Amino acid sequence: MWHLITAPVLLPFLTALLIMLPPVHYSPMRRRWLSMISSAIQLVLVVILLLQVQQQGLIHYAVGNWQAPFGIILVADTLSVVMVCLTSFLALGAICYGSAGEDEKGSFFHPLFQFLLMGINGAFLTGDLFNLFVFFEVLLIASYGLLIHAGGKNKTKAAVHYVVLNLTGSAIFLFSLAVLYGTLGTLNITDMAVKVAALPAEDLMLVKAGGLMLMIVFALKAAVLPLQFWLPATYSSASAPVAALFAVMTKIGVYALLRVYSTIFGENAGPLAGMASDWLLPAGLATIALGAVGALASPDFRKLVANLVLVSVGTLVSLVALQTELSAAAALYYTVHSTLVTAALFLVADLIANQRGKAGDRLVSGRRVSQPILLGFIFMVGALTVAGLPPFSGFVGKLMILQSAVEPVSRILLWSLILLSSLMVIVALSRAGSTLFWRVSGTESGGGKAPPLQVFAVIWLLLASPLLTVFAGPLTTLSQQAAAQLYDTTTSRNSILGQYPVQESKP
Amino acid sequence: MELTIALSIGVLFSSGIWLILRPRSFQVITGLLLLSYAVNLFIFITGRLSVNKPPLIIQGEAVDPALYADPLPQALVLTAIVIGFATTALYLVVLLGSRGLTGTDHVDGKERDSEE
Repeated sequence: MWHLITAPVLLPFLTALLIMLPPVHYSPMRRRWLSMISSAIQLVLVVILLLQVQQQGLIHYAVGNWQAPFGIILVADTLSVVMVCLTSFLALGAICYGSAGEDEKGSFFHPLFQFLLMGINGAFLTGDLFNLFVFFEVLLIASYGLLIHAGGKNKTKAAVHYVVLNLTGSAIFLFSLAVLYGTLGTLNITDMAVKVAALPAEDLMLVKAGGLMLMIVFALKAAVLPLQFWLPATYSSASAPVAALFAVMTKIGVYALLRVYSTIFGENAGPLAGMASDWLLPAGLATIALGAVGALASPDFRKLVANLVLVSVGTLVSLVALQTELSAAAALYYTVHSTLVTAALFLVADLIANQRGKAGDRLVSGRRVSQPILLGFIFMVGALTVAGLPPFSGFVGKLMILQSAVEPVSRILLWSLILLSSLMVIVALSRAGSTLFWRVSGTESGGGKAPPLQVFAVIWLLLASPLLTVFAGPLTTLSQQAAAQLYDTTTSRNSILGQYPVQESKP
Repeated sequence: MELTIALSIGVLFSSGIWLILRPRSFQVITGLLLLSYAVNLFIFITGRLSVNKPPLIIQGEAVDPALYADPLPQALVLTAIVIGFATTALYLVVLLGSRGLTGTDHVDGKERDSEE
């Protein structure tokens, strides 16, 4: 059981290799089933891991038995395991959707998908910044391949920008890691926190520069305002199951921001404490505004959903910038909710586009959809959830966010922007919905019925929303525990670095 | 030695930045390569510059750490080189695909109107 924490990384990796071997590789059905079964097993395993973390508190695993801070460690605390659970849940839905036919439009869909999962899970579980970089690269390389899955001019054009941006981002990431290693002498996140707390004054500016470069990189992954221009084009041109899984990729940026700026540059960091907040709060708030305006201006439904991703990223980044336990708890609940619902909406957009003939998901009058009641109902649930109306999970999430803004200034800014953006999102979604379903020309429908597996995948993802509402009590307790654990740096430090008494700062 | 290394990293990095802001995908890929060279050199020197210092310690001997080079940046730079090489090669493939599909090597997939 001790090795369970490596399962979310190893299982997708081995599955991907297995899928590429001849007995599986040459049969589409075997590829699909292996991929789906592996994700289901992964979901079960991470739920067991979550229960274990709940019982025992933080678990860490020294890879190759090299003790921290010298070797690489994997760390499972409530926050990281909840994120891995979310990824596995989402992945199962996306793979089911893709297995209904989307996966055969290009080669290596399932192996790349599993490699992407490996990268995402690894990025959540690692306790070492350089290892985080490596897992980022694993997930990025897989995402480059998935983005151009099924080919075409639009996808390739979007991929060129996406690849260049992320390669530049990686270069900056490495620069900041080198600066931090050169000054702190370690890349273990927990150990870095210790070293930053006892930092000599002459290294202060260097560490600050390194830390802020790190912020630029994570903000690029999360798509925060000045660095968000790649997101709408990339997400709206990716094929539906890929876009659904991409919905969790921006959250990795947010997770990394939360992890680094509450652990390394948290309360104990002396003069460096909270250095990112001054940048992140305005950037996050501006991202909310931009996403809401973008949702209103979107010419097609997929772009609209991509802009909703921006709204959720902006909300989360503002919460990270508040740097309180309450806001971290709200951020965790909202992450789970917003990731699942935006992913479901990407799938819904594809279902609708398939049934409207030439018009696709563009917001113009087109043929009528062949399953108006089913799709209309799914669309309505998704729209109500993402806009944050009761009785769905968006409402609980928004409530937690509004309650977590305690200081007057942040409260005024956050309340007005979040409520206003919700209104704009409702307007945009009602406009989109009425155009997609009611502005029809002719009586013929534009396509056949949706395959049952795809409908199942969408319902699987949307089902999470009522569940998140019904179990809001235990789940908010869980996210509060996760936030408390995140900010309880002393306990995690003792548990990870316990055997190696930490030296005080060198003269 | 410090000045030479610092200057060369600076020149590499600034040339890389200038090149990735150019419109042709070949210029961009050259820029990305220069960036990764600059980064790799930079990671390497975080272990401090030294001559004739081995990064490995013979087991069993009590040693003075000042006589040895820091092995970690060397391991990090190796990882960074491999990853940087792989991702740049992958970008080359995407670039060729884009060239084939759009018929132009402009990074936006179309020439600017004024140039047509």
